[in-house]
Amino acid sequence: MQIGKDLRLEWRSKDAINAMLFLALLVVVLFSLAFDPTRAEARQIAGGVLCVAILFAATSALNQAWSRELRGGVLDAQRMSPSPPSALLLGKVVANFLVVSSVELVLAPLFTIFYNLDPKGNAWLLLAVLPLGTWALVGNGVFFAALSMRARSRELLLPLLLFPIFIPALLAMTSAAGAVFTGESDPVLWIRLLAGYDVIFTTAAVLLFGLVLNSEG
Amino acid sequence: MKLLRTLWLCATLLILANGLRVALFVVPADAAQGDLSRIFYYHLPAWIGTSVFFALNLAASISYLVLRNRKPAWALHADAVAVAAAELGVVFCTVGLVTGSLWGRAAWGIWWTWDERLTSTLILWLIYIAYLLLRSFAEGASMRTLAAVMAIFGYLDVPLVYMSTRWWRTQHPGPVFFGGPGTGMDASMLPALRWNITGWLMWGLFVAALRYQSMRRAQRSHDQRTEALLAPRAPRHVATVLEGDRA
Repeated sequence: MQIGKDLRLEWRSKDAINAMLFLALLVVVLFSLAFDPTRAEARQIAGGVLCVAILFAATSALNQAWSRELRGGVLDAQRMSPSPPSALLLGKVVANFLVVSSVELVLAPLFTIFYNLDPKGNAWLLLAVLPLGTWALVGNGVFFAALSMRARSRELLLPLLLFPIFIPALLAMTSAAGAVFTGESDPVLWIRLLAGYDVIFTTAAVLLFGLVLNSEG
Repeated sequence: MKLLRTLWLCATLLILANGLRVALFVVPADAAQGDLSRIFYYHLPAWIGTSVFFALNLAASISYLVLRNRKPAWALHADAVAVAAAELGVVFCTVGLVTGSLWGRAAWGIWWTWDERLTSTLILWLIYIAYLLLRSFAEGASMRTLAAVMAIFGYLDVPLVYMSTRWWRTQHPGPVFFGGPGTGMDASMLPALRWNITGWLMWGLFVAALRYQSMRRAQRSHDQRTEALLAPRAPRHVATVLEGDRA
């Protein structure tokens, strides 16, 4: 229900998708202008640029993740509903995951063209790296957006809380993507770390979300 | 209470003074590093302080979450401990980073390097700064709950940060203690370490206790103001309370 509602709202307004796509594209362009990479360098840094672009874009969209629920007291109605808080969280995470993934699908070909990439490793491994990394980002991002919802200047607070916690996942994501692009090392270790990160933090978020949702009482 | 505090402070200062004396003049210089190794007598106590206080912060945060509905008054104590512990942990962590950086400049010729342990410690420091920022951005009971949740998330991140940076790269010298054969310290150097670990932990407890008391005072004054606002003779009372706020 939550997934359907969020996706339908997003499909009709396309606010978050358009903003994220444009912002991620801007970051990619800014990085290529700032560093002006050659073909060999591009392979080295492309993974990092892609991940950071997605991180910035997703953060700007995640700031809005709960704002619709706050307006009109929808969140209070959801708190009173008999469904468990974790269902609300997971619905929100899956909806945002699908939105961010669709942005990545559009961005990836553009990115390949701008950076003249031809991956030397197994390109299909990116199909594991990107969803796992996106889930790490969106899962924690939605949780921390809920956590900073009641604070003053919450748009400011979300990246301050999310980025330090996200660092190991970012490191794993960029290292795995870099390993795929350069073909110099094996990305499997990093993919395992990403999967472990997802399992640990999704479990923690599911268990602790009730506390965050009902922190007022 | 006041007498105990003064005695504790005097003992701490004496032990720290003696620790400095032993570290600088009594124990021998390191065979390989010379006098440079003496900063280790401050570097290690800082890390012990960091781990003690961050663990205390986690324990206090979990206690807060467990107690907050059952025994609200106790939960407030736990929250005050959590704040004091997080702040002291950040102070010790900063001292550890700074002493390590000073040593690195002399031994490696660089202030900083993106090595496994340096990076993971810096990330640890960032996580707890984020925790303290969250506390300053929100207030009241909901902030306490959210901060406790954040503390648990932060602590969960520590092993992941450590593993990821370890696979990433490594340059920090191997552990001095418990690192397998060939590690450990000559017995003649241990007194300097013992005095400084004791002294700095005592100092940390002293400051944490002060911070805890100031937190308790802030909680009580907040409660009193709330009660005053809810009191039956509200109109006049609110005016005086607000007056007091302005002053």
